[in-house]
Amino acid sequence: MSLEALGALREPLRRAVYEFVVARAEPVGRNEVADGVGIGRTLAAFHLDKLAEAGLLDTSYAKRSGGPGAGRPAKLYHRSDAEHAVSLPPRDYRLLATVLAAAVERAGAEPALYAAAREQGAELAGGDLMPRLTELGYEPYEDAGHTIRLRNCPFHALAQSHPGLVCGLNLALLEGLGADARLDPGPAGCCVALTSKNKSD
Amino acid sequence: MAAHHLAQLNIARLRAPLDDPALADFVAQLPEINALAERTPGYIWRLQDDSGDATALRPFGPDVIVNLTVWESVEALRTFTYRTDHLASLRRRRDWFLPMETPHLVLWWHPAGTLPDVAEAAARLEALRHNGPAPEAFTLRVPFPAPAPSALP
Repeated sequence: MSLEALGALREPLRRAVYEFVVARAEPVGRNEVADGVGIGRTLAAFHLDKLAEAGLLDTSYAKRSGGPGAGRPAKLYHRSDAEHAVSLPPRDYRLLATVLAAAVERAGAEPALYAAAREQGAELAGGDLMPRLTELGYEPYEDAGHTIRLRNCPFHALAQSHPGLVCGLNLALLEGLGADARLDPGPAGCCVALTSKNKSD
Repeated sequence: MAAHHLAQLNIARLRAPLDDPALADFVAQLPEINALAERTPGYIWRLQDDSGDATALRPFGPDVIVNLTVWESVEALRTFTYRTDHLASLRRRRDWFLPMETPHLVLWWHPAGTLPDVAEAAARLEALRHNGPAPEAFTLRVPFPAPAPSALP
């Protein structure tokens, strides 16, 4: 399935549609995608539905307020929670990570894990923080309060099964990277927040 | 009202006595963490003695502290555990507690309107230890749904 899903992104226009949707914090409708990507609404809907079929986007319905179509539920699209990874030949690093996490907990080796994560972070450090975070898959953005939030957790699946461990590891990794990081868990998103160095006030 | 609430027991083996400086941060945070639990939506009850917490109760051994709580749902407990400032304490648990060979946390569905006691909690933990996660005794990682409401009144 994953190969087919990733294959669906091979077409440049469809990929542009996908990237537009996943960059948004909120689910988006076809009109917004059409305007954002600069294509017709029918074509946008076609690609959106293909992406949903491939399991890359999920759909929901919500009433739009104001404007054309107000009151009628609109079909909205957002990134699917499903993860797609392809490895040839087959490798299963998530299973490996789950076993290692269980062993760390059993041995009480969390402090060693955090220390290793901090060292790894230091090895990955370099250049400006925001582009570095983007390269590492965190999808960072700065909120209105000059806090850098991370839209994506690169370790999401393991963070679901071993939150204490993985959030602690993530914090140490980001500290090692040179970020002024702290745990700031909310209802959704990554549990780590960073203080922006671009304070304008 | 739901017919069942979620009961939760977790135990922890202290690295040092509670009045030892090594445990100072944990002891200092305890009132805050308890207050945080109480204002988390879905919180119902926690075991406490006259001091306001349960750290003086040691039914599992002289160096093992007990946390026994009741929640409306697994989601409510999960939110408190992983999606509030409690996460910061969880990250540091190895500073204060020794790892345990056997399960240290157990969940089960308890009839609403009554409160679980420590003896029952101990039996649930023992059941988890022997049978692994099952409807009678399970974990946050492998949860089970609440029993269906009985058809009889």
